[in-house]
Amino acid sequence: MRLGLLLGGGLFVLGLLSLFVGVIPLQPVDLLRDPAAWELLRDSRVPRTLAVVITGGALAVCGALLQSMVRNRFVEPMTTGTGQGAALGILFATWAAPEAGLLTKMAVASTTALLASVGFLLIIQRLPPTQPLLIPLVGLIYGGVLGAGVTFIAYQGDLIQYIDVWMNGEFSGVLRGRYELLWVAAFVAVLTYMAADQFAILGLGRTASINLGLNYEQVMIVGLLAISVVTALVVVTVGAIPFLGLVVPNIVARYAGDNLRRTLPLIASGGAALVLASDVIGRLLRHPFEIPVGTVMGILGAVIFLWLLYRPRSHAL
Amino acid sequence: MISIRNVTYDIAGKPVLCDVSLDLPRHGVTALIGPNGAGKSTLLSLVARLMPLQSGGIDIDGQDITTCDTGALARVLSILPQIQDAAPRLTVSDLVAFGRYPHSRGRLTAEDHRIVDNSLDAFRLSDMRNRALETLSGGQRQNALLAMIFAQGTDYLLLDEPLNNLDIAAARGLMTQLRTLADEQQRSIVIVLHDINYALAYADHLVVMTEGRVAATGSPKEVISQDLINRIYRTDAAVIAIGDRRLVDVGP
Amino acid sequence: MRSRPVLYLSLVLAVCVVLYMTVGAKGAWSFVLPFRGGKLAGLLLVALAISTSTVLFQTVSGNRILTPSIVGFDALYGLILTGLVFFLGAQTTISLPPIAVFGLNTGLLMSGAVLLFGTLIVQTRGDLLRMILTGIIFATLFRALTAFWQRMIDPNEFQVIQGASYARFNRIETDLLPLAALLSFGVLAMAWHKRRQWDVLALGHDAATNLGVRVRRETVLALLLIAALVSVSTALVGPVAFLGLLVVSLARLIDPSVTHARLLPIAALVSAITLVGGQLVMERVFALSTPLSVVVDLLGGLLFFFLLLKGRFR
Repeated sequence: MRLGLLLGGGLFVLGLLSLFVGVIPLQPVDLLRDPAAWELLRDSRVPRTLAVVITGGALAVCGALLQSMVRNRFVEPMTTGTGQGAALGILFATWAAPEAGLLTKMAVASTTALLASVGFLLIIQRLPPTQPLLIPLVGLIYGGVLGAGVTFIAYQGDLIQYIDVWMNGEFSGVLRGRYELLWVAAFVAVLTYMAADQFAILGLGRTASINLGLNYEQVMIVGLLAISVVTALVVVTVGAIPFLGLVVPNIVARYAGDNLRRTLPLIASGGAALVLASDVIGRLLRHPFEIPVGTVMGILGAVIFLWLLYRPRSHAL
Repeated sequence: MISIRNVTYDIAGKPVLCDVSLDLPRHGVTALIGPNGAGKSTLLSLVARLMPLQSGGIDIDGQDITTCDTGALARVLSILPQIQDAAPRLTVSDLVAFGRYPHSRGRLTAEDHRIVDNSLDAFRLSDMRNRALETLSGGQRQNALLAMIFAQGTDYLLLDEPLNNLDIAAARGLMTQLRTLADEQQRSIVIVLHDINYALAYADHLVVMTEGRVAATGSPKEVISQDLINRIYRTDAAVIAIGDRRLVDVGP
Repeated sequence: MRSRPVLYLSLVLAVCVVLYMTVGAKGAWSFVLPFRGGKLAGLLLVALAISTSTVLFQTVSGNRILTPSIVGFDALYGLILTGLVFFLGAQTTISLPPIAVFGLNTGLLMSGAVLLFGTLIVQTRGDLLRMILTGIIFATLFRALTAFWQRMIDPNEFQVIQGASYARFNRIETDLLPLAALLSFGVLAMAWHKRRQWDVLALGHDAATNLGVRVRRETVLALLLIAALVSVSTALVGPVAFLGLLVVSLARLIDPSVTHARLLPIAALVSAITLVGGQLVMERVFALSTPLSVVVDLLGGLLFFFLLLKGRFR
C-alpha cells in the first residue's frame, strides 16, 4: 500500500500545481484579494484539472481491462483501433449531420468505437496463441489502417483541420461547460471496478473463466462497452492520448501484481498522475505556448513501451 | 589443419567454452561428440566465423580466420549450420548454384554448371531440381543445403548435427558419402554427432567435449570406454568391442 | 522469355507517361511540357528510390513485410530536419541553399539509420515480430518527437518544416531535382552492381557468411544506400508510408523468383506505374481532392494487415 500512498500524494501535489500553472499567472495569495482569480479558478483551472484526472484515470483503467480481456500486456484501446473507430464516428457524424447535437455525435462515436473494438477482438482470435507479439502488432496496424481511413474521409469531407483536434489529445480548450461529458467516463470507470474480480478472471482465459462459472461472453461485452464509451468520450472532448492505457497498467502490475480489485485504484491514480504531469510539463516547457498532452505522452509512451519490450524478462509474456 | 588456441566464449555471462585448445587434423572424418550443452555447436560456429571470437584464436591452414578475407575463406571452408534459416523462395538448383558464389561471384561459368549438376546428382536431387525449397520436407531441404556446400568444393566441411532430420537409411547414406569424400577426394570433414554409434562407425578421429572443455581426443578405439561414457554422459551404457569396432549398447 | 514482364511493364509505363504529359493540357505546349516534365522526372525518381530502398531493406532484414518507412526512416528524416531548424534557426535554414540543407540532412540520416537500424537488425535477428514491433514504435516515437520539437520552435518558424511532414505528389520540390537525381543514380548504380550479392545476403546470416559475404559490412552498406534513397524521396515529396510495401509486394506477385537482377527493375517499373498512373487518375480523371498518398497509404495499410494476418511475412 506504500505505492498507493505515493501515488495519492503525487496526485495531490500535481493537482495543486495544475491549478496554479497556466497562461494567466495565478498565485495562491491572489485568491485572498482578487475575485477575478476565483473566476479563473472556477471556469478554467478546476475544470481543466478535473478533466485531466478523469481522462487519465479512466483511460488507464480501460487499458487494464483490455489487457485482461485480450490476455496480452502490449495492447491499449487508443492505438489498437478503438480510438480511431471513435474518431471515424465523430468525423462521419460531423460530415453527415453537422447540425446534430453533441450527444448524438457522441452516440455515433461510441457505436463506431464499439464496432472497431469488436473487429479487433475477432481478428486476434484467429492469431496463433504462440506469438504474443503478433497481437499488439496487428492492433497497431489495425489502428493505423482505420486512421488512414479517417484521413481519407477527412480529405473527402474537407474536415482535415479537425483531425488534429481528435487525434491528438489537448486540454487547453477545457473550460466550464465544455468537459462535463467526461463525468460519464468517470462513472463508467467506477462501475467497472464493481466487476473487477470478473475482469481479473477473464485474464485467466476462456476455459478458466467458464470453469469458475463466469458468464464469459457477457463480461466480455460489458468490458467492450465500457472501453468503447470511455474512449469515445475522451476522443470527442479532449482528443486521443496514445500509450497511456499501456504504460500505466504495466508499471503498476510490475510492483503490485495483477489482482484488479487491488490494482485498479492504483492504475486509475497512476494514470491521472501521469497525464497531470504531462499536462503541467506541456504548459511549462514553452510558456506561454502549450504542448499537447497527446504529443508528450506519445514520446513518453513510446520510450516506456520500448523499455517494456526489451527489459530483462520477469513474469510478463 | 584447423588449430584452435585458448578459445573462451561466454553467452550472457555464462561460459560455454573454457580455454579450448585443439587441433583438428587435415583429411579424414573428425566427429565432435559430448552431452547437450557441451559447446560443440558453439565451437563449430566459431571456426566457421558465424559468430565473432571473444578470446583466443583460430587458424585454418595457418591463416588466422579473423584477419583473412572471408570470401577467400569461403573457398576453403564451408558449414552446414544446425538451425537453418527459413527457406527462401528458391528452387533446389538455384540454391545449389549459390555454392559457386565464392568462386564466380554469381556469374556462373560452364564449369560451375557442371559442378552444380554433379552435386545435384550426388545428393539424388536431379529430378527435383526445379522444385521450390518451401515444398520440400525437412530432410530433403537439408539435403539441398548439403548439395550446396558440396558444390562449394571446399577442403573443409563442417556439419552441425546433420543426422537430426534423417531416417536410418538416409543417415547411413550421408555418412557413407562423407566417408567417400574424405577417402577419395582427401577432404577434411568435421561433424557434430549426437549418436555415438555413428561416430564410432564412421569417424577417424573423435573429439569428446563436456562442459565447455575437451575431455578426450583420438581414434574411436583409443577414446571410447565404459569409464568415459560413465564420466561424460553420466549414464551406464555398456561399451561392446567387436574386433576393432566399438559399439555402445543403449539397453538397460 | 525472361524479360517479358519487364517489357510489358515498360509499355504500360510508357502509356502512362504519354497520357500524364498530354491529358487535359490547356495552353501552349512550350509551357506545359517542361512544367509537367519536371514533375514527371520527380515522380519517376521517387518511384525508383522507394522501390529500391524497400527491396534492399527487405533483403537485409530478412522479411517481406517491413519497409524503410514502416520502421521510421522518413519519420527520422522529418525529425532531423526539425532538429536542424531548431539548432540553426528558421532564418539561417531558409538562407542556406536548399542543396546544403538537403546534403546535411542526408548525411545525418545516413549515420542515424546505421546506428539505429543496424543495431535493430543485429539485435533482433531471428525474432521478426520483435523487430517489426520495435520498428513501428520507433516510427511513432520519431513522429511524436518531431511534433514535440515543432512546438518548441517559434510557431512563426514552424511552417518552414511543415512541408516535410506530409506527402505531396502534386507539389514536387523540383529545385532539388538535379542533385537528387545525381545522388540517386550513384546509389542505384551501386545497388545494381551488387545485385548478385544481395541474392546471397537474402539467404540469411549463416548461409551468406558461409558463402564468404561479410554480412555485417554489407548490411551497413545497404542501410547507407537505403538512407540516401529515403532522403531523396522524402525531400522531393515527403513521407509515403506504404507505397514501398505495395509496389514490392506487387512486383513479387508478378515475378515470384527472388533474384535481385529481376526484382529490382520490376519493382521500379511497378512503382513508377503506380505513381505516374495513380497521379494521372487522381488528378486528371477523377479530380479527387484526396492526395494520392492518402489512397496509397490506405491500400498499402490494408495489404500490410493482410500479409500480417496471413503470416506470410518470411
